Amino acid sequence: MRRVVAALLSLVAVASLWELYTLVGPDDGWSLGDTRLLPRTSDLAMPHTWDMVTRLFEPVSGGTGAQPLWLAVLRAGRLSFGIALAGWGIGVVVGALLAIAMQRVRIVESAVLPLVVLSQTVPLIALAPLVRSWGAQLELGSFEWEPWMSVAVIASYLAFFPVAVGMLRGIQSPDTIHVELMRSYGAGWWATLTRLRLPAAVPHLLPALRLAAANAVIGTVVAEVSTGLPGGLGRMILEFANFAASDPPKPWAPIFGGVLLGLVAAGLVALLGRSSRRFRRAEATA
Amino acid sequence: MSHAVSAGHDERAAAVVATGVTRVFRDGAREVHALAAVDLRVAAGEFVSLIGPSGCGKSTLLRLIADLDTPTSGTLAVFGRSPREARLARDYGIAFQQAGLLPWRTVRANVELPLALAGVGRGGRRERADELLHLVGLTDFSDHHPDQLSGGMQQRVAIARALAESPSLLLMDEPFGALDEMTREHLQSQLLRIAAETKAAVVFVTHSIPEAAFLSDRVVVMSARPGRIRTAVPVSLDRAVAGAGPDAADELRNAPAFFEAVATVREALRGGHGDALGVDAP
Amino acid sequence: MKGVARQVLPPVILLVALVALWQAAVAAWRIPAFVLPGPAAIGEQFRTYAGPIGSAAAVTGRNAAIGLIVGAVLGILLAVVAALVRSIDVLAEPLVAALSVVPIVALAPVLYSMYGAASEQARVIVAALAVFVPVYVNTLRGLRQVRPVHRDLMRSLAARPAQVARTVTVPTAVPFVFTGLRLASSLAVISAIVAEYFGGPRSGIGSFITTAAAGSNYAQAWAYVLGGIAVGLVFYGATSVAEHLVARRSGP
Repeated sequence: MRRVVAALLSLVAVASLWELYTLVGPDDGWSLGDTRLLPRTSDLAMPHTWDMVTRLFEPVSGGTGAQPLWLAVLRAGRLSFGIALAGWGIGVVVGALLAIAMQRVRIVESAVLPLVVLSQTVPLIALAPLVRSWGAQLELGSFEWEPWMSVAVIASYLAFFPVAVGMLRGIQSPDTIHVELMRSYGAGWWATLTRLRLPAAVPHLLPALRLAAANAVIGTVVAEVSTGLPGGLGRMILEFANFAASDPPKPWAPIFGGVLLGLVAAGLVALLGRSSRRFRRAEATA
Repeated sequence: MSHAVSAGHDERAAAVVATGVTRVFRDGAREVHALAAVDLRVAAGEFVSLIGPSGCGKSTLLRLIADLDTPTSGTLAVFGRSPREARLARDYGIAFQQAGLLPWRTVRANVELPLALAGVGRGGRRERADELLHLVGLTDFSDHHPDQLSGGMQQRVAIARALAESPSLLLMDEPFGALDEMTREHLQSQLLRIAAETKAAVVFVTHSIPEAAFLSDRVVVMSARPGRIRTAVPVSLDRAVAGAGPDAADELRNAPAFFEAVATVREALRGGHGDALGVDAP
Repeated sequence: MKGVARQVLPPVILLVALVALWQAAVAAWRIPAFVLPGPAAIGEQFRTYAGPIGSAAAVTGRNAAIGLIVGAVLGILLAVVAALVRSIDVLAEPLVAALSVVPIVALAPVLYSMYGAASEQARVIVAALAVFVPVYVNTLRGLRQVRPVHRDLMRSLAARPAQVARTVTVPTAVPFVFTGLRLASSLAVISAIVAEYFGGPRSGIGSFITTAAAGSNYAQAWAYVLGGIAVGLVFYGATSVAEHLVARRSGP
């Protein structure tokens, strides 16, 4: 309960800061020479927080029968959520398999891990056309590669990294004495993995899964932009940005949607954590 | 600062006077009575050990003397002042169970720490640190870092640090607990030598009966939780020889007087609880 | 030296092997450039456009660097305040937790309208926000890592709060701060690049990748990607070196 109150208080604090600045800040912002350090305070550049909220309940566009903005955002969010979930799932599986492989064979770890780290420096946007055309070439019976799958794959590219690193650290974490205990029981590699390493990995895995969820959301939003996938939050953010001059509060709606998406994703992972409390004596750092 | 050369009956000169000291820990509804009405008097220059089963409150008592904790009731005086005043005046030096050296400082810098905090100048600090490191036999390691030292050596540095401001009272909480027997015996001899040279009073918490008997003028035996003082066993050994060298110390450990002292302490510990000795009381 | 070789060699060998495989596959199966350009083609584009790639990398690097510094300074300062003032810590916790899971880049478009479409500020701010989170979290954690025995020691020595901070709290926290900085460094570069996809002037690596990809010039796009990777590596390397230099002397 305290946390909810704290969260609401901080929300109010942020909103108050925003309004305070629009009230007292210089009209044209504040520039150091050519670079503008503080933004303009006009209603166009920084719409009031209550305007942002009320806008949500108005129709999306001028057309007749248009749905309210909040509904449109929620719908787009739902689509993005589904894609992010798929991307997260793929990332978790790939990351886990990679971690197990790296633990099993030392040379794989020393060769692959740095490349895994390096892979995250590749900007996603470059992968979009790649994934899309590969998908188009895929012919498995009646299975057809849909555009959203490209987005999911790109999202999984961001999601697999924390899982690979976190899970590797987790399955390598048991004390030597525990490993030797298992060996003294004649337990093979697989038994040691399932009975010792995986349970020991849980405290490392949970922050990694949360990070993977956050990354999947980011990856989904960005990939939607780079693949041009319609109907999702990424596209909506880009589209509504054009209304910045005519309808200032509008671009903020999908941003709220994105925030909500991230929070929901993290919340779901937290729920997952609840069920594994038995293994979580202490949560390790991600 | 008041020193008495002899262990006098002068209340003012006593290193530690505890009267009716009680410490109760409250955790919600649960209460843990760590200490119950403890009376203790440590004369200046006296070496007193606190020994008892786990959970008997000996470390708690030490922390109360050091003003790292406050008693629930009762009074404590360190050299006639409150523990807080004594702490702020730096009347005592303390050595913990873990050496607690700062890993990013050299051995010398660690020993200099109390002096640096007190505002002593660089030259004075260095001189005193070198003196102390010589006292504990670690001059060659002055510029090493703690992680390059063994456990025993780290404890010696910690003891040197505790002596930095020439305190008249040394508080030691099982400082040799984590060490092997041989290192332990060696450090015990060194400690006796240091205590004799500096004429400091020592309150020494330990689990080990032979250690208590070897080191102390008086062994204070405590009962299981809630901690009370059951009895105090005076031990008179001719300790002046112990610091003279390892052979002399071994002779002392083999002397009949030593074994008698050990037996007396053991009996005192057992007295009242024939069975569950050394086991945590619920 | 041998230890370094053993660490560096396997991934380098694997990378070289993968690149060789890639080139062979592109040649053997005659994969068209719009599906997957070969490393040779990319290399050629890189050489041809080395100039523009360099200046684009400089712009992105500048944005990321400013974002890194601003975000790190804010993160460290706020963490110090939060460690000292409990109410700030309570207020900041949900905000930082939310910030760590939401797509910060979503703010890019509104930032462009707040600061003007020709400004680089939006990218700097996105990078700064992305940097702030790991630096704040790790610094705060580090400030709380003082070992109980060190705390007792300081109390027994009657140290004043400023002395405690200087002799124990700060040295204990330093390795954690550097962990945060290391995480933040590559994050700064990626965030700066991604922010460029959402608009703004055509100056940095990200915007050139988008333009090249839009013109189906994929080999060129990948050449710019190479530039982006290089910038990320430089940042990561710089913070790792800084960490190595400082951490030798500190940390519990």
